[in-house]
Amino acid sequence: MSAQDQIKETVSNNDVVLFMKGTKTMPQCGFSSRVAGVLNFMGVDYNDVNVLADEELRQGIKDFSDWPTIPQLYIKGEFVGGCDIITEMTLSGELDTLFADNGVKFDKDAADKIREANAE
Amino acid sequence: MPMTTHEIEELLRESFPDAQIAVGGDDGVHMSAMVIDESFRGKNRVQQQRAVYAALKGKMDGANGELHALALTTKAPE
Repeated sequence: MSAQDQIKETVSNNDVVLFMKGTKTMPQCGFSSRVAGVLNFMGVDYNDVNVLADEELRQGIKDFSDWPTIPQLYIKGEFVGGCDIITEMTLSGELDTLFADNGVKFDKDAADKIREANAE
Repeated sequence: MPMTTHEIEELLRESFPDAQIAVGGDDGVHMSAMVIDESFRGKNRVQQQRAVYAALKGKMDGANGELHALALTTKAPE
């Protein structure tokens, strides 16, 4: 199966997918670590795909989304954004809304805690 | 080869001539940029940031990309 088909299948068959450097338990880049950390803390059930383990996937995911950087978060097959966007959406509460609208379970209290910790 | 803040700003300026642009960072490889431009109005963040990446014309592409990371903030003017 080509990398593009593999990616399509992965994002269609899983509600929440994070393409990242490393794994959710052992991220290997600060940006991947930040997004995985948010999802872990919010108790979201998601699939992590380690692009470092597969050079074809590493380039393939960039072509798939027309987005040059990793991590990349997908919800219900839709590309949501990279590290900066996910961070902003977490702090603004938009990520909560997106999860809720898509029936993705998450811990609202934990999300609030992240926002409290980042409040100025 | 690392990029200077000036080079990044020049590239962004070509695509966003009237924008408010601020480029930060000092190693030329992991940089940050804020772009506030009228053309972003009505676009979501993915669309806004795609436009910025497009303006950088492949400087971030592949393993040989000059820029490894660019922390982005994009929005339309208040």
